[in-house]
Amino acid sequence: MELTFTARNVLIGATLLGALGGTLGSFALLRRQSLLGDALAHAALPGVCIAYLITGTKSPLPLFLGALIAGLLGSLLILATVRWSRIKEDSAIGIVLSVFFGIGIVLLTYIQKLPAGNQSGLDKFLFGQAATLVEDDLKVMAVLGAIVVAFVLIFYKEFKLLSFDREFGSSLGLPMRRMEVLLTLLLVVVVVVGLQTVGVVLIVATLITPAAAARQWTDRLGAMLLLSAGIGPTAGAAGSLVSASMAKLPTGPVIVLVSSSVLIVSLLLAPRRGILWARLRERQVAQRIRRENLLKDLYLLGERKADWETALTWPHLMGVRGQTGGELTRSARPLVT
Amino acid sequence: MNPKPQIVTVPETSPGIPAIEVHDLTVAYRTQPVLWDVDLALPEGKLIAIVGPNGAGKSTLLKAILGLVPLVTGWVQIFGEPYERRRSWVGYVPQRESVDWDFPTSALDVVTMGLYGRIGWFRRPSKHHRATALECLEKVGMHDLAHRQISQLSGGQQQRVFLARALAQDARLYLMDEPFAGVDATTERAILTLLKDLRASGRTVIAVHHDLQTVAEYFDHVVLLNMRLVAQGPISTTFNADTLQRTYGGKLTVLTQATEALLAKRSLNSGAKD
Repeated sequence: MELTFTARNVLIGATLLGALGGTLGSFALLRRQSLLGDALAHAALPGVCIAYLITGTKSPLPLFLGALIAGLLGSLLILATVRWSRIKEDSAIGIVLSVFFGIGIVLLTYIQKLPAGNQSGLDKFLFGQAATLVEDDLKVMAVLGAIVVAFVLIFYKEFKLLSFDREFGSSLGLPMRRMEVLLTLLLVVVVVVGLQTVGVVLIVATLITPAAAARQWTDRLGAMLLLSAGIGPTAGAAGSLVSASMAKLPTGPVIVLVSSSVLIVSLLLAPRRGILWARLRERQVAQRIRRENLLKDLYLLGERKADWETALTWPHLMGVRGQTGGELTRSARPLVT
Repeated sequence: MNPKPQIVTVPETSPGIPAIEVHDLTVAYRTQPVLWDVDLALPEGKLIAIVGPNGAGKSTLLKAILGLVPLVTGWVQIFGEPYERRRSWVGYVPQRESVDWDFPTSALDVVTMGLYGRIGWFRRPSKHHRATALECLEKVGMHDLAHRQISQLSGGQQQRVFLARALAQDARLYLMDEPFAGVDATTERAILTLLKDLRASGRTVIAVHHDLQTVAEYFDHVVLLNMRLVAQGPISTTFNADTLQRTYGGKLTVLTQATEALLAKRSLNSGAKD
């Protein structure tokens, strides 16, 4: 397939974003902060608007910075609310999300009523418009992404301890609070990087979906991170190719649909944690128990009491353990053949 | 099979300095005080139980010693120095319920976390660290399950993983939050043996303990706590019906059990002497 210049940009951007979202999302998922990413994305919107109002341009860097600052402010506000007030984390996330998003929408409406406003194209941040990615955007994404990955590699063991047992980490003298702030900042960066591609509303999916799917297949944090950082870009690439090959399909939502499909398959089929897999195992075990019981019953009555006449009658066998005829037939069939 | 790895004896500190000294300690969660004016001096080389009713501030006392909760007033010294300078001397076993056991990690991995303070920044655990962690798992009889994911361990096995992680810290003083809570008989015996080994090596263990019937049997020393310090001292002089009454107030069922246990132990002891 021949890729247009735009399609190539979209492909690179979506792949980059998938890798970053998959990596940081794993920590967010394990720390039960899946919605934090959602809140940060919503919190970034007023930042984008204010940056536009101040500079009057829609060049990527000022808008990036605006989103970054507002996102950081939102995340610190959440951490501070949890620490200093009696409001629990889920409520704090909800409050910050809605307040910032409300301000963002008000500003967005105001901008669109300005003479030059309806050409600003800021509404692309709501649902994302990957086709507007230009090479400068990709450069910014690549640099920020490299920084994020470097931090995760450097502080991997501290982030792991923070996610598993924060108090123990503090008792070792490790600055767990600073680690938490750092991890949250990295999450903000990833969210801001993804705003233009998938938008405020769907960005949380690029964080959580690959991580949740990866968790199904492994019991190791390292493997989970790698797998999640593999599913993310695969879904990103697949989604952008699908949307490029079919006119008028929006990239962001298609990426989300692809990664959601991976998640659904993982939830159903993954060994041990998969729903279908577990059901199948349960049934196998139950069948084996019934079969062994049947053999025991036959042995007790038939061999020990030498009364095969009674032992082999259906009503008797059903009566021993209160089974239905159907259950008994299923248990007996593999023994007969 | 190799002999069980031994716990290395620690050199003696200067005699007379308590393992832990707590002075005038008050801790409040928001406006609600949970510990009032607690003064403690706990001797080195003993097994010490912290006992008291629910909400008495037992876990909070451990966390206050570890600097995990802010103090309203008071100070804590570990072997005569502030905690910050003695951090590496102190090992911690949190309550088992305090973490998510479905976390994607193995028993060996959790134990290796006890070494993170020593490994230092920017470095990954080496082969040597993993070998140390495995040795600690062996000390609690868990080396066969080193590579199991932690959710596939029983409650008692999870508790032993936490103890092994504390052993990896190679501390002089261990603070344990309900190590015996909800464990099977095998684990209970394993923990008890471990505590005795730790004591024999000159180490000190302070454990929150909820089972009044076994306090006198397992521990040397007791701290009775109900927001305020009720009593502290050797079991023989401090753990009796009077101090228990003052600690637990009117909660008779608990008291009856404890008194029965005490009487049973006394008759057992006198029987042994005959």
